[in-house]
Amino acid sequence: MTKILVVDDSNSIRDMVCFTLKSAGYDTVEANDGQQGLNKAKMGSFDLVISDVNMPNMDGITLCSELRKLPSFKFTPILMLTTESSGDMKQRGKAAGATGWLVKPFNPEKLIATIKRVV
Amino acid sequence: MSIDLSQFIPSFLEESFEGLELMESSLLSLEQGDTETINSIFRAAHSIKGGAGTFGFDAVTEFTHLVETLLDEMRDGRRDIAQGDIEILLDSVDCMRLLVMSIKEDTTCEDEKIIEVTAQLEATLKGSDISSIAETSNIQVNNETASDQTTWLIEFIPEHHLVKTGNDPQFLFNALADLGEVSIEANSSELPALNDMDPEELYLSWSITLVADIDIEEIKEVFEWVEDECQLTITKKQIPSSQDNNNTPQVKTDNPLLINEPSTAESTNNKQNNVQADESAPPIAKTTEPELKVKPAAATVKTTKPKADVGSIRVGVDKVDSLINLMGELVITQSMLSELGNDFDLSKVERLNRGLEQLLQNTKELQESVMRIRMLPISFAFNRFPRLIHDLSKKTGKQIELILKGEQTELDKTVMEQIGDPLVHLVRNAVDHGIESTDVRLANGKPEQGTIILNAYHQGGSIVIEISDDGGGINREAVFNKAIEKGIVDGNTSLTDSQVFDLILEPGFSTAKELSDISGRGVGMDVVKKNIQSLGGRIQIESTEGKGSTFKVHLPLTLAILDGQLVRVGSEIYIIPLITIVESLQAQSELINRVSGDMVVYRLREDNVPVLPIYQLFNLEAETKEVEGSLLVVVEAEDQKIGLMVDDLLAQQQVVIKSLNENYQQVEGISGATILGDGSVAMILDIPGIIQMAQNNALKSFNHKTDKLTYSEEVTH
Repeated sequence: MTKILVVDDSNSIRDMVCFTLKSAGYDTVEANDGQQGLNKAKMGSFDLVISDVNMPNMDGITLCSELRKLPSFKFTPILMLTTESSGDMKQRGKAAGATGWLVKPFNPEKLIATIKRVV
Repeated sequence: MSIDLSQFIPSFLEESFEGLELMESSLLSLEQGDTETINSIFRAAHSIKGGAGTFGFDAVTEFTHLVETLLDEMRDGRRDIAQGDIEILLDSVDCMRLLVMSIKEDTTCEDEKIIEVTAQLEATLKGSDISSIAETSNIQVNNETASDQTTWLIEFIPEHHLVKTGNDPQFLFNALADLGEVSIEANSSELPALNDMDPEELYLSWSITLVADIDIEEIKEVFEWVEDECQLTITKKQIPSSQDNNNTPQVKTDNPLLINEPSTAESTNNKQNNVQADESAPPIAKTTEPELKVKPAAATVKTTKPKADVGSIRVGVDKVDSLINLMGELVITQSMLSELGNDFDLSKVERLNRGLEQLLQNTKELQESVMRIRMLPISFAFNRFPRLIHDLSKKTGKQIELILKGEQTELDKTVMEQIGDPLVHLVRNAVDHGIESTDVRLANGKPEQGTIILNAYHQGGSIVIEISDDGGGINREAVFNKAIEKGIVDGNTSLTDSQVFDLILEPGFSTAKELSDISGRGVGMDVVKKNIQSLGGRIQIESTEGKGSTFKVHLPLTLAILDGQLVRVGSEIYIIPLITIVESLQAQSELINRVSGDMVVYRLREDNVPVLPIYQLFNLEAETKEVEGSLLVVVEAEDQKIGLMVDDLLAQQQVVIKSLNENYQQVEGISGATILGDGSVAMILDIPGIIQMAQNNALKSFNHKTDKLTYSEEVTH
């Protein structure tokens, strides 16, 4: 089963993302900030990482570049959840090795359709 | 597939309120250069905006966006943290709370304050040098309805490192296949010799033909994440469907560079041919950043929100863990007992007793753990006060320091929710009437800054919340004179200090010379007292003139369990709430007096206490019908004592309150019921209600007498 790591400091967003993914038959693991996400990533393997950008302890951009340093995450798709669709944010994500981005507010069907592009 | 997210709305709301509280308290403590605090405020606003957007709560999203923009400027150091901005942000937090509240209550929020604060925010943002609201407000709606089958030709030449970004062309092609019929040709001409090949690089390129009834944007969206890592050309070849041959192609070419529109002459369904033919289409520029955006499909999840607010509690994992542990213990005890019951003989009585003892222990611990789930630290009620003091101090011009103590003291959630307003009133009162104005304080040799202390602690089975101020204290004379003037007390009565202070809790009492904006807005201290009493609590006032006052609020820890005294009347068992009992005694005949209206009063030290036989009240057969030598339980409610006549005093124990309203109906004089150890149901007496009943009966009886009616029946029947 496709296993997805969902990293967001907002419970409700995380719940919604996970609920949506589970409804579509994906397996999810949750983390509530970048640091926790990184720890969980080191302990398991994932087919996809979806992460928020603004988080306490470790932000999503840092998480992304940390993950890319791990051999097992070299090719793993990493999607950033952002509210701003500004080019600046995308560039920062790209520079850190992110695969793509999901713009909040997200709509469930769209989310599923979008992640099909990478897993 | 439709995925309904409305079930997450309550948790979004709860999280938003938490976020708003965090924003508020952080704003109050925010100082220049404190990046961590400003970051956490920003994150809170950001989360609220994100969640609100997802559920389609546009009002919240739009408003929060402004707040977020302002915070972002502060975060980046583009804007200094000025006091004025903090005030605006605090007002914004209020507005956001109103907006979120209106979602919770499913109403539309049209508060003028929101419009006002929005304008303030916009003005502040505009005032800054950087016009940061570079929102692409000119979202053009592309109304194009592509009704024709279109053939799209896509040249996709990825850069070699593409896969290292986690993108895999295979999935992109799958996504394209979801849009319509695709045929893909791979071009391997760039493939190096095996020796030179880096296995982590991508050397292929593709040409794809897609036949689909879609817009170019939809194709671009598929390649959105890779557009910087590839050369992408999208060409269009339209094939009008046979029905509307006459129609001119409707596709608006907003950007002729992007979309190549060859003549539609070769209208044939043989796509493969088309592809070949179109290969010779003029070369086209690489796709640039799209100017026009397709309006997102209205994604507002319209749901019939379940109106019933069931509320929810966040419970610490440790509490849940301890419950699970106890459940385990209980199961072990249960299996031990059932094994014991398999072949029981008298030699095993001791083990049985041990097992039962263990069961008792387990049940008790389980009960405590379950109760603890409802317990929240009082900081939930306290954390609104820093803001309140901030506002009040600004309004009154008094300098006030607020000290919170015992914030971790736990209290039942229901009690917590209902104690909030009375506490706010008491704190307002302390600021308004307690703390003197700065010049008065200085004249009296006090520090300029007044202090208000909120303290909470456990005492026995109840929680005590203290509100102390170091203000002027209560002027005993002024209160007493005012009470005489208002006709609350008689001028000749002599009262103790605390009795005088209690007068300020009487209805119709206000010593403030004029009603101020802060306290005394119609809701008096009497309402505070009433609210506290309805929670089964009481309020106590201590005050020293010139030094300050302390209001002590005593509250039961929970409303679900009550410490009760079991009493027997005839064959019935009743429960009297322990908190109402003053004392229990055996009536001595010389202290019994009969007064008009068949009323029996008992002389208890300086008080005359009316005696109320419970058997008469509930029309029962009782053993004791004479007051002489009977057992009296003296109870007190609303400053009125009454002696309840009972047959026997039984044990004191904690009882679980079951609502009579829900299971049967309201009964006068009874506040609820409980189930006793032997399985029988016992009624819990409603002491204030019974006192009310007794007073009404006495009045009726008195009227009967004065009307010269000769009925001799017991009016209490």
